[in-house]
Amino acid sequence: MSHRFLFVSVPVLTLLSWIASMGTISAQSEVNVYSKFEELAPLFQQENDTTYVVNFWATWCKPCVKELPFFEEAWHAYSGHPVKIILVSLDFPKQIDSRLVPFIDKHNLQAQVVVLTDPDANAWIPQIADDWSGAIPATLVRRNGVTRFLEGEFESLEDLHSFIDSCNN
Amino acid sequence: MSRFMLLIGLLFFAGLTAEANVDPGYKVGDKATDFKLKNVDGKMVSLSDYKDAKGFIIIFTCNHCPFSIAYEDRIIDLHRKYAPKGYPVIAINPNDPSVQPDDSFDAMKSRASEKGFPFAYLMDEGQRVYPQYGATRTPHVFILDKQRVVQYIGAIDDNHSDAAAVTKPYVEQAVDALLAGRAPEETFTRAVGCTIKAKK
Repeated sequence: MSHRFLFVSVPVLTLLSWIASMGTISAQSEVNVYSKFEELAPLFQQENDTTYVVNFWATWCKPCVKELPFFEEAWHAYSGHPVKIILVSLDFPKQIDSRLVPFIDKHNLQAQVVVLTDPDANAWIPQIADDWSGAIPATLVRRNGVTRFLEGEFESLEDLHSFIDSCNN
Repeated sequence: MSRFMLLIGLLFFAGLTAEANVDPGYKVGDKATDFKLKNVDGKMVSLSDYKDAKGFIIIFTCNHCPFSIAYEDRIIDLHRKYAPKGYPVIAINPNDPSVQPDDSFDAMKSRASEKGFPFAYLMDEGQRVYPQYGATRTPHVFILDKQRVVQYIGAIDDNHSDAAAVTKPYVEQAVDALLAGRAPEETFTRAVGCTIKAKK
């Protein structure tokens, strides 16, 4: 029973800290913008024993924004471990400065955010996962050259943890 | 022990949800179903109503999704160019308005009137049509020929953010090929889009 409580309470705390962070003001974040997928491609070809968790999202995508606190929580939970969490924003080029950067600051995002603006999605989507239709959110986890991919959202922090751990076996 | 079991249980559950995929929908070459859905003008619309059509450009799209919005003008242009040649656009909003209120029937009516949509903009009430087709995102195009055989599935073109920078107008190329009596060269493409909002 106590475990159940633990699993329920963590996302609630995350949500609370998320809401609390909305009021804070911080310096403008800088994000790397990749206009060509090739520049970002090495991220999806890593063969080492670091666990790479890559989430595709955008500020305008409601289910993406809803699950962001899980990724932030995971970022805290795995700090000090060989786990990298990268949030790949697919925001439109003209909304990076006007919308994405203020969003990162407002929510005080800790996980690394990069932007992919390469419009030729038909060329790069299959290089990430052959069974990805292109809908976001979508997340992959890669470790030791093994990739797992999910098109769709995580319903809970536990779902995300299970997904990340699924590459650790 | 209990924690370990719980973890195993969660992994098992995650595996189940990942693998319990329903029918993935149509592939190129499959025969598509007809439907009867409500248009923004209040009338029910079926493919069989289009007596003179040589085929259809069916686009699952919606009000709220920025990718759909980015393509609105291009969807209008597609209809203006190809409806006179026998390939009308039929737009279908697959989203459940209880999940995404911006995609309600009233909101669809407003948007269609603001933009002057020249094509049918239908509500997939009950969300039974989009899973049959296998639409997963908005916008998501299915081109059918006269026999309702699926000839193309995918993106409208290769540049959502800049219509002027398009190098591959996939839908135009596919319809042009069909009008010339040829099979489209590209029959399946992918694009970033919004997930379809299913009733919870």
